[in-house]
Parts: sequence; structure tokens; C-alpha cells
Amino acid sequence: MTSFTINGRPVSTTIEDDTPLLWVIRDEIGLTGTKFGCGIGMCGACTVHVGGRATRSCITPVSAVDGADVTTIEGLDPKGEHPLQHAWREIQVPQCGYCQSGQIMQAAAMLKDFPAPTDEDIDAVMTGNLCRCMTYVRIRAAIRQAAGTLAEGPKA
Amino acid sequence: MVKRIFLGGVLALLVGLAIFTGFAWRPAISPIARPAAASFAPALVAKGAVLASAGYCASCHTAKGGAALAGGYAMATSFGTIYSTNITPDIDTGIGGWSETAFRRAMHEGVRRDGAHLFPAFPYDHFTKLTDADVSALYAYLMTQPAVRAEDKANGLPFPLNIRLLQAGWKLLFFKPGRYEPVATKDATWNRGAYLAEGISHCAACHTPRGALGAERKEKAYAGAAIDNWIAPPLDKTNPAPIAWSQSELVAYLGTGVSLYHGTAAGPMAAVPRGLSRLPAADVAAIATYFTSFNGSAARAGQDAALIQKALATDRIGTGLQYDAGTRLFTAACASCHYNGSKGLNPLRPDLALNSTVHLDDPTNVIRVILYGIDAKDGAPGVVMPGFGTGFSNADVARIAAYLRATRTTKAAWPDLEQKVAAIRAQGKGQE
Repeated sequence: MTSFTINGRPVSTTIEDDTPLLWVIRDEIGLTGTKFGCGIGMCGACTVHVGGRATRSCITPVSAVDGADVTTIEGLDPKGEHPLQHAWREIQVPQCGYCQSGQIMQAAAMLKDFPAPTDEDIDAVMTGNLCRCMTYVRIRAAIRQAAGTLAEGPKA
Repeated sequence: MVKRIFLGGVLALLVGLAIFTGFAWRPAISPIARPAAASFAPALVAKGAVLASAGYCASCHTAKGGAALAGGYAMATSFGTIYSTNITPDIDTGIGGWSETAFRRAMHEGVRRDGAHLFPAFPYDHFTKLTDADVSALYAYLMTQPAVRAEDKANGLPFPLNIRLLQAGWKLLFFKPGRYEPVATKDATWNRGAYLAEGISHCAACHTPRGALGAERKEKAYAGAAIDNWIAPPLDKTNPAPIAWSQSELVAYLGTGVSLYHGTAAGPMAAVPRGLSRLPAADVAAIATYFTSFNGSAARAGQDAALIQKALATDRIGTGLQYDAGTRLFTAACASCHYNGSKGLNPLRPDLALNSTVHLDDPTNVIRVILYGIDAKDGAPGVVMPGFGTGFSNADVARIAAYLRATRTTKAAWPDLEQKVAAIRAQGKGQE
């Protein structure tokens, strides 16, 4: 049996140990904001946070997260008001939108490590997240805007 | 004349056999009724729990998915597979009928309660150094754990290696019984560290290479060895990590599983920081003091800043448009977590130019981590590195390993990487 928390809620599953975490999140727990892309950890669409770190859930066996804290796009901010989500809406980043939950989760984790990322930092960390609509320029702009918002601190 | 020589030879053989048997034979120690848990002082049990943790008893004496301490964990040795035994206080299948005298003899001399010699897969060559007081505490802890009925599994050792009496010969050649003797020229901290490392925590059991008969080669103490399909790196001056294992690095790594300059504890090593975490901080520091006394780190102090800058510079190699297959794989699959760039080192973004494994002569550990990843309970606690083995071909894993070796080190390329990946994939993830 594998037990972990998802968006702060404890969950347990008796599914086979090598079942991808992504399948458990989508099919067992029913949170479908996290997407299946390539299935081999090369596109980033399935990115969630495990212990606060961006993690490709399609290649993570569920047994690997036993005891860990998992956060999905649904849990990034209780009201969908993370600065990245704001920036995403304001800049109208997505085109088809399929990759965006993975992009936002990867970017949110990055901003914790790189609060003021350079373009080089953004390129290096975000290259593993593919966008077939080629919205990369807007993704980068949204990350910069969110970094600025985070730097200003919470509004009174 | 010939007949006389022959008879003399036979006689000598018989006498030799008699002497060996007399030497090798150990009496059984009568079984006892299992002591009541309440007969052990709680403080003694608590002390034993810490020691059992620092000796990783449960790591080897628990099978995957099995009850704690009930045995059945398979240890593949070059002689055959040996299964750990049930050390819960079950009367019939565990050690419930063992008196403290019998337990102490097992720990100090490697002899079972019934008088049979234990195989040195059980590191009694280290536990012999434990004080009687520490053995008493371990006994109190084990005898107060839940009794589990679990028959021991038959070992897969071929004849004649399975004859336990012959183990007496092995002991004669390689085993020196005796408690730890403090080194007078060293201070109390060093001696405490040496006592723990050489005794209960038996570091050398994995990190010292073994000879043809399976004994640790004392002249190559801590020179590194292959164990359980992993490489236990050298802990002496030959450790190839670019930045030396200083006191603070060892304390962080051994105490938490995470270090700034060397990566996290994975594979069989993952159990070590978990086990040592119950020791008082001063004990972990003492172990670090012991190892830094001979690993050459003092002589390398002051070189860190230049090495870190060099390592961070390598992070930029993969950015921008790339055509090389290894570079592209690394950039897409690895850099999102392993890139540090301008920000400086983050232990949760392990820098692969400094990471021990990339600098080892053997690529096994790098390949295992790429293929199978690191679970939340191992490495950095609560954090996962997913394994890429399900999606990547052997050629792809080999490309990433070759790319790291070429860009992050100045060492010779690893030969036959793709075959090595195939062989490690065939071994499977293991039972951790």
C-alpha cells in the first residue's frame, strides 16, 4: 500500500507499485488538471510537485511517493490565484492549453529556486516542458511577470 | 617405508582433523523461556533502539514487504545467495529462546545459539568490537519487539561452502575477536567515531573490497567496492569527488542524506542516514571526525570556490539550440532539476559536475539512478527523482551518461556503456 498527501489531503492506494503516479492522480483520485503527454518524461505535461520539487508524474511509480506530499495544479493555489496563474491569464499565454498545467507547475517550482531568473535560467529549466503551439515567448514573459509580482510581496 | 609415510600422513590428517574439530566445535547454549518485555528497563530498550537503527539491523533482517526484523532478505554474494534470519523474539523461528549470553556470543563471535558458526554475511567481525553494555541494550531492544513467526529460508550456498563447521577455518584466517580498543594518541571524539564506524555501523562491510574468500582486505580499508549491484565509493584519499568530503559535508550527508557538494544517499546507502539519524548529533559528528582523519580532506581545504565556479559554468553547456543527441537528452530530461546556473549551488538541485557518482571509474551508480530514480524515502527525504528506464532505450541512457562524463569531468570516457546499461537493466531495480 502507498500513502501520500495530495494537495494537503491524505490518500492511500493499493494499486500495483509500478503504476505511474499520473494514472493514480487522474484515474483513481480524479484530478484531471495534470495531463498525459509523452509518457517517458520528455515533454513535461504531467509535471506535479513532490515535496515542492517539480516532478514528471508519468514516469514516477506511485510507490516512489510513499510518505511524500504531492501538489497538482488544482492545489497550487486554493483559488487559482498564484502569480503565475494571474500572469497566464493576463498575457493570454495558452493557445490549446494542453501543456499549461505542466508549464505552470514547473515554473512555480523554478521561481522558488530562482526568484529572479535570467533568460538563461528560464531556458535551461523550462526546456523540458514542450509546447506544440509554440507559445514559448509568452511563457517566458509570464514567468518574468510572476517573478516581479512575487518580488513585490503579498498585497496588503 | 612408503607404508610408514602413508600411515604417518593419515595419522597427521586425523590429528589435524581432531584438533580442527575441537577448535571449531562450539557448544549449544540452552534455550530459555522468552524474557518478559517488562523485565527490560525502558532506558535500556531505548538505547538499544538507537543502536539497532545505527546498525541498520532492520535493513538486512527485513524482506521487502515483510515484517520488520523477520528476515528473508536475500544477499547475493559471489558464493551464492544468503538469506537473513528472523531476529524477532519468536521462540520457534526467531531468537525468543536465546539468552543474553547466546546473543552476545553471536554478536562477538559469530556463533548461533545451537553452536553452529554464522556466515560472515552477518558482520560479526564488526560487532565483535561492541561493548558488553551496547550488546545488552541491543538484546533488550530486540527481545521487546513483536515476535513474528517466519521460518528462515534455506541459503543457496553450494557444497562444501554450506558446511558451517568450515566457517571456523575462515575465522581462524580472517577473524580477530575482541572489543574496540581506544587509540591512545587520538581524542575521545575520534575514538567514539571509530567505535561507531568500525563497530555497530560497520561501514567497511560495504566500502572495503573483499578478497577471494570474502574477507575484508585490511590493507585496502575503505578503498571502495562493488556491493548489491551498486558501487560503494572509496572513503579514503582515493575518493574521486572534486570537492573533498569535509567534516561539514559528511555530517550533512550522514545525518540527513543530503549534501551540498556530493549529492544524496541512494541505493543501499540510503539506509545509512536513515539509520544514523537516531544517533545524537555528536555521534554523527564523531563518525565524520573519524573519516576526515584519513580521507585527505584537510589538505584540500580552500579549493572549493574555484571548483564550484567551474562546475556552475558547465551548466550553461546545454542551453541554446543543440544538435548533439546526448546534449539534447540531458537538456530536456535532466536540466530542469539539475541546472544551477547563476544562482549558486542548491543541494536539492544536485550539481552533476560535483556529484561523486559521475567521477567514479565505474558508471554503475549513475546508470542505476537514471534507470530507476530515487524514491521519496531515499536520497533527499520527501523528494523524488523519477527513473527514466521505462521510456529510455539503453542507447539513450548510455548517451546521457557519456555526455555527463565528457562535459562534467576530465576523466576518461566510460567504455561499453550501452552494454553496461543493458546488464544493469537485466539486474532490475533491486529490493531496496
